[in-house]
Amino acid sequence: MHELSIAMSIVEMAQEEAEQRGDVHISAVHLKLGALAGVVKESLLSSYEMACEDTALSGSRLVIEEIPVVVFCPKCKAQRALSSLQLFCCAECGTATSEIVQGREIEVTALEIQEWAHNPV
Amino acid sequence: MGSQPRLIEVRKNVLKQNDMTARALREQFRAAGVFVVSLVSSPGSGKTMFLEKTLTRLRQSYRVAALVGDLATENDAVRLARSQAPVKQITTGTLCHLEAAMVQHALEGWDLHNLDFLFIENVGNLVCPSSYDLGEDLRLVLISVTEGEDKPLKYPTIFNSADVAVVTKMDLAAAVEFDWHSAHGNIQAVRPGMAVFKLSAKTGDGMDEYLSFLATRLARLRELAAV
Repeated sequence: MHELSIAMSIVEMAQEEAEQRGDVHISAVHLKLGALAGVVKESLLSSYEMACEDTALSGSRLVIEEIPVVVFCPKCKAQRALSSLQLFCCAECGTATSEIVQGREIEVTALEIQEWAHNPV
Repeated sequence: MGSQPRLIEVRKNVLKQNDMTARALREQFRAAGVFVVSLVSSPGSGKTMFLEKTLTRLRQSYRVAALVGDLATENDAVRLARSQAPVKQITTGTLCHLEAAMVQHALEGWDLHNLDFLFIENVGNLVCPSSYDLGEDLRLVLISVTEGEDKPLKYPTIFNSADVAVVTKMDLAAAVEFDWHSAHGNIQAVRPGMAVFKLSAKTGDGMDEYLSFLATRLARLRELAAV
């Protein structure tokens, strides 16, 4: 259950970003989550809610984009999607490969913000 | 209330802090010429016994030390002290994995130049440790024959993140009808090309091959440093 510590890092990161941009309100955090990141999406979502409690991000949403694993096939000399995490080989020709192009990321990609037009609530 | 929401691009790695600490550790290890191995496994796979035997054997020719992560007890450190190698416990509390900062903190006051090998035993867990770089040269995943041949398929993420696999408790293989070829095939399916050793830490069978692999890796590290 390391999702809570990941969620807390996300909240911290978003807060820092918000502070740098002046007094903005964050309504959502967008995250890229690789299939090989070792993080369970559902668990991260509930951990995020917990991590947001009593912070400026309370009530904000975590929008997760799941990133599939892409490997490089040495035979096709091309990037290929992986059909299964249980079998690291090229989906086209079947050549085994460990060369991962994407799929490990845990990356905050964007924030949905609102500038305070009136008095902050 | 505020204006219309708008989207701003950020692009930040959530584990950046850990990755940066791990990078600093790796540079420190490299400068000291110490080869660092981290160990991951399920609880009960025999990780502590395996490490105890590894330390005892390597100590005959090398300067070795270990850091061990454990949830709440110091039992592992006490057992490992029998190898007479310097061992330090990292009590992780309720945390299910080690992070680079914990390793950095545990190493305060250690002169790494006095070491050839440093082992870092992670918390017994095949899920959480996979995301955290500890600055190690080699990540070793350990499974025992009693866990079944399909362990790699159940935990592909950690097997894929490892550099070498060791199958231990081979002395029990016949009793539990362990199918080596199937286990080996499953490891290769999730991490093609990974070196796999089979051994029994208890009887010592197969330990030589694995230990000479580590010795070769240390020699290569030193050669590269000398260039």
